[in-house]
Amino acid sequence: MGFSEFFKRKSSSNVAKDRLKLVLVSDRANCSPEIMEQMKNDIIKVISKYVEIDVDGLDIKITQTEIEGDNGTVPALFANIPIKDLKNQKM
Amino acid sequence: MGEVIVITSGKGGVGKTTTTANVGTGLAKLNKKVVLIDTDIGLRNLDVVMGLENRIVYNLVDVVEGNCRIKQALIKDKRYPNLYLLPSAQTRDKTSVSPEQMKKLSDELREEFDYILMDCPAGIEQGFKNAIAGADRALVVTTPEVSAVRDADRIIGLLEANEIKNTHLIVNRLRSDMVKRGDMMSSDDVVEILAVDLIGVVPDDESVVISTNQGEPLVGNESLAGQAYLNICHRLLGEEVPFLDLNAKNSLMARLAGIFKKN
Repeated sequence: MGFSEFFKRKSSSNVAKDRLKLVLVSDRANCSPEIMEQMKNDIIKVISKYVEIDVDGLDIKITQTEIEGDNGTVPALFANIPIKDLKNQKM
Repeated sequence: MGEVIVITSGKGGVGKTTTTANVGTGLAKLNKKVVLIDTDIGLRNLDVVMGLENRIVYNLVDVVEGNCRIKQALIKDKRYPNLYLLPSAQTRDKTSVSPEQMKKLSDELREEFDYILMDCPAGIEQGFKNAIAGADRALVVTTPEVSAVRDADRIIGLLEANEIKNTHLIVNRLRSDMVKRGDMMSSDDVVEILAVDLIGVVPDDESVVISTNQGEPLVGNESLAGQAYLNICHRLLGEEVPFLDLNAKNSLMARLAGIFKKN
């Protein structure tokens, strides 16, 4: 972190952007942050049965993705789940 | 065959009517035959922004109900002979007109005009459905605020659901000085969030208020907003126009202010 950045507070436009992104996820998915949280926890539970995952590095969000052959976009569930240990499979 | 464009936003007060007046007048300035339709039944506004409020005889509901012919209700603009306004009814409500009737009206006007601009009411109810019924493309107006961008996102979703695929974004009332110091989202920020193509950025400009006071759209004059609106019109016609440097004037002003402060 740079010296100036250390003293700089987060700009209000970045606060606005972050708040918007969060609120739009639930708006677009038509599901609340609580449901997203539950879904996230369930996904962790299922994956953890097979491999050890990095729960802190886990990122699950609803985004837009382009569909092939069409110009439109559709909502997609995006999950980035870092695996800690593949060798120690619990199977 | 003319093109029907709906100007919409979801949130109220972000500049739909001002945009309709200026884009419509700008297209007329560029020698297109244009009709503006105020679809906000019960809250008529476009007539005063255009400065044509004293000439209204018939309105949109009269046309739809068959009380008059379309030609009788169209008001010819003061400045441009190829620009017309179809005013809304002030004493009726949104249920006086149906989406089917609006679609039929748009199709009739297509024969006569190059561009038919629908000024959409705020909200996502019947008035919105009426305004988008016959539209080929949409201009979504937003300001760089959380509430307006959120509503714009909802509107973009609804436009897609209604098979209007040609949607462009106008970021209105941008203050480049605030963007610079990190206190306002930039047009790039808004585009990134909404993921639609940008067709114009209009700066927050006092001359917009003045022009509305006078009932004279400012498109094409020397003000920054006037230039921004004319650029939008050129882009609508398919021309590639670089985006205005909204900082140019501001930095000059800031420099001048700096000089005065020192003295």
